[in-house]
Amino acid sequence: MLQIESRQFATTHNLFACIQCGKCTGGCPMAVKTTLNPRNLIYRLLVAGNGYDLEGREELWDCTTCATCSSRCPKLVNPMEAVIALRGAFVEKGRVHPNVKTALESTFRHGNPLSMPREERVRWASDLSIKPFGEGVEYLFFVGCTPSYDPRVQQVARSLVKLVQHANLDFGFLAEEESCCGSEIRRLGEAGLFEMIVEENQEMLKAMSVDKMFTTSPHCFNAFKNDYPQNGVQVEHYTQLLSRALENGWLKFSGRFEKTVTFHDPCYLGKHNGIYDEPRQVLTGIPGLKLVEMDRSREKSLCCEGGGGRMWLEGSNPGTRLARWRIQEALDTGAQVLATACPFCLLTLEEALKHQNAEDKLRVMDIAEIADQVL
Amino acid sequence: MAFTPRIGVYICHCGINISASVDIEAVTAFAASLPAVIIARDYTYMCSDPGQALIKEDIEQLKLNRVVVASCSPRMHEPTFRAAVASAGLNPYCFEMANIREQCSWVHPGSEATTQKAMDLIASAVAKAAHLQPLITRQVEVSPSALVIGGGIAGLQAALDIAEAGFQVTLVERAEQPGGHAAQLHTTFPYMQPARELLRPLMERVDAHPRIEVMLSAEVEEIKGFVGNFEASVRQSEEMRTVSAGSIVIATGFEVFDAHIKKEFGYGLYPQVITTLDFELLSAQNLQVNGHSPRKVVFIQCVGSRDQSLGNPYCSRVCCMVAARQAKWVRQRLPEAEVTIFYMDVRAFGKGFEEFYDQVRTCGVIYRRGNPSEILRQGEHLLVRAEDTLLGEVVEVEADLVVLALGMVPRQDSAALASLLKLSRSADGFFMEAHPKLRPVDTSVAGVFLAGCCQGPKDIADSISQARGAAAAAMIPLLRGQVQVEAATAYVEEELCAGCGQCAQVCTYGALRLHPVRNVMTVNQVLCQGCGACASACPSGAVTVSHFTFTQTMAQLEVLLNGSNHQRKQELLPTASLMAK
Repeated sequence: MLQIESRQFATTHNLFACIQCGKCTGGCPMAVKTTLNPRNLIYRLLVAGNGYDLEGREELWDCTTCATCSSRCPKLVNPMEAVIALRGAFVEKGRVHPNVKTALESTFRHGNPLSMPREERVRWASDLSIKPFGEGVEYLFFVGCTPSYDPRVQQVARSLVKLVQHANLDFGFLAEEESCCGSEIRRLGEAGLFEMIVEENQEMLKAMSVDKMFTTSPHCFNAFKNDYPQNGVQVEHYTQLLSRALENGWLKFSGRFEKTVTFHDPCYLGKHNGIYDEPRQVLTGIPGLKLVEMDRSREKSLCCEGGGGRMWLEGSNPGTRLARWRIQEALDTGAQVLATACPFCLLTLEEALKHQNAEDKLRVMDIAEIADQVL
Repeated sequence: MAFTPRIGVYICHCGINISASVDIEAVTAFAASLPAVIIARDYTYMCSDPGQALIKEDIEQLKLNRVVVASCSPRMHEPTFRAAVASAGLNPYCFEMANIREQCSWVHPGSEATTQKAMDLIASAVAKAAHLQPLITRQVEVSPSALVIGGGIAGLQAALDIAEAGFQVTLVERAEQPGGHAAQLHTTFPYMQPARELLRPLMERVDAHPRIEVMLSAEVEEIKGFVGNFEASVRQSEEMRTVSAGSIVIATGFEVFDAHIKKEFGYGLYPQVITTLDFELLSAQNLQVNGHSPRKVVFIQCVGSRDQSLGNPYCSRVCCMVAARQAKWVRQRLPEAEVTIFYMDVRAFGKGFEEFYDQVRTCGVIYRRGNPSEILRQGEHLLVRAEDTLLGEVVEVEADLVVLALGMVPRQDSAALASLLKLSRSADGFFMEAHPKLRPVDTSVAGVFLAGCCQGPKDIADSISQARGAAAAAMIPLLRGQVQVEAATAYVEEELCAGCGQCAQVCTYGALRLHPVRNVMTVNQVLCQGCGACASACPSGAVTVSHFTFTQTMAQLEVLLNGSNHQRKQELLPTASLMAK
């Protein structure tokens, strides 16, 4: 039994506004391959009287929080947020996958969900002479957990630092003091822990007098921009900053990148925040680079299946990872490089590429890495 | 002989609306004690026949020359009581109202302070009443003509009806040709009649009518005046013309929703995705897509309608039947073609619509319940991805032609026209009728009426109905030949006026002009609506508004400021200031 008060839940989440049109489920990338059906879930909650039993609803953990459902709903219902809140009922009872438990505990203890020691957070940057953020420094570079610890994504962080240094922008970072933004914690349904993280990070930003910041990950960017209470801090994803740097001539490329590139829109940049143009502006600003589009691009971009805590969860149908379909779509364009701008997308897509044995035809790269090559 | 006011005060209980929180007995006694008050009475419903009879009898028997009724808002019953005093031989402007319901009993709890406020309001009304002057209500001639703005099917019909009744009509159409959106249609529902057959006779009759002047490629740029005597400045190419009209019918129509906004459907990106409007043109060319006849056609309903994420929460009312009619057309012309309609709800509410929906299904059109989420490319074809909500399954339906059933949106320039005529618009952006049920063709501006889709989405039949309704309403002032003008208007005391023109700058009715010889401002009593803006703008106090003169207003204020217990007033202040907003 995992009973929730469904009437109260439906009121809080505006589910009574639903007209059962199915636009959410029709666009849901998971609905095709698992039993997740947001429309049906809403209907069950509505007709349940006052109690709904979540027992056995394991498909709630399939949701990647890609926001396709909420961005298309004609009645302003947000099925994604409802799913996140329902996960909360599992979390409250401690009924979560061991991986999730580990990620939550690690975030609580070490400030990252990856079970890595805090001291090692800054190792990737030891030779880069990045100054610590302090008063008077223009930008805070919020690195994020995956770029700090994952050896593959550390390369992205390093490239990004070189680009920003090249553009002569005044920035600093928090080094060991940086803690997880909590984006995935919130999406795993651990609202209490997220609240704590927000409080601590807000205090830190205030104490450091941060005015402007940029992030490596669209997930951190979205958390600070939309999940945190308004704090007056101007937060950008690095692609926005680079696009502006190019436009104003702060950043200039001297090399060439003679390759055909297609761009995979990260959900937390695109569907969540409507940022479609800036990453493309950076790519098309690279001499020699030819940008081609997949059919599913921008608002229709296919999720890589790495969001919503899915980096730690296989989901109920692990046989068909969306990232593999995505690799096929990229291959269909004839592109040599599949570019993205998100640590999670980078990892899931690269993993899928290996799985498809297509490494000789395609490379997965972050925009920062491509740009770094032509400095 | 000096004028001696003899005032009667009538206090209404309004059932218990007033009497529940105001001590009526005390108020009546207080009113009777006021200077110049001959009699004060109270009654359950003063607006009822017996209530009015009390007033009339007293006027006759007690020789009252001024009357004050303390009851509801003047918006509610001022006309009632003015008529009552007039029928007893008093000038209707010798009447004053104290609003002790909306401004007192409804907004304050029952208390001594509330009763005191009712007393203050009555005292203030009595003070004004002593200074009231009879005014003469005048009638002005009505220009026996109408202006119809918009030459779509609604505008054409309205113009024709008014002209047929014997009045001159000017029809102003922005485009080079009349006919509006109906002219773009191929066939109509539910009787599959060619749109041309409906529109052409109407256009020909309008064109040939001796009393209709059609101005094409023309735009209304300014409208002055009021019911009975509007003056519109119409621009036609480089020329400006003045058109006078007794009443105006607005029939400016709608815009079709821009399908590019729904990115997930790829309109403009996939050549196989078209709109219901594109389909009309395609029907005329026998439905060829890239030189082939389509084999799999999918219609998507509610594109741009019932969609709060776009700010278009309303149903566009025609798309269900338009898609049904087009689907039937495909089945008839291309019997080999599979036709699917994705819908959320089928709205077949009009006469003959449900029967038509039956025909469309039985001719082989498949209705699938679900609002498609996206359209993807698959080779040369498209995949429409949706949840079939009846199956509870995600489906991908192959299509070589997808038709988006587009909704209607307000015209982008409707805000400009609204400000030109001081019209209201409802939350959806369409022009607002004066009352959603009882006054569906009227606007809040006297003499201005609405016809067709400028007021909200509707089909041809409903547009014609509303057009004929608007035409009939617009003819009322034209048939009467005269309209009453407000007597409480502004006047200028010429010896005080310096002719500076500040009053003319604030007048929104264009009622003030500089006299070319006397060099003072003059008020056009027909155009003036008595709003008082000029009187407050005048630096030398030369402008006065009748019925709201300086003496009358000061008498009221004096009573309110000095007349009663300040302590009690303080208690009432918070709500009183709230009401002022």
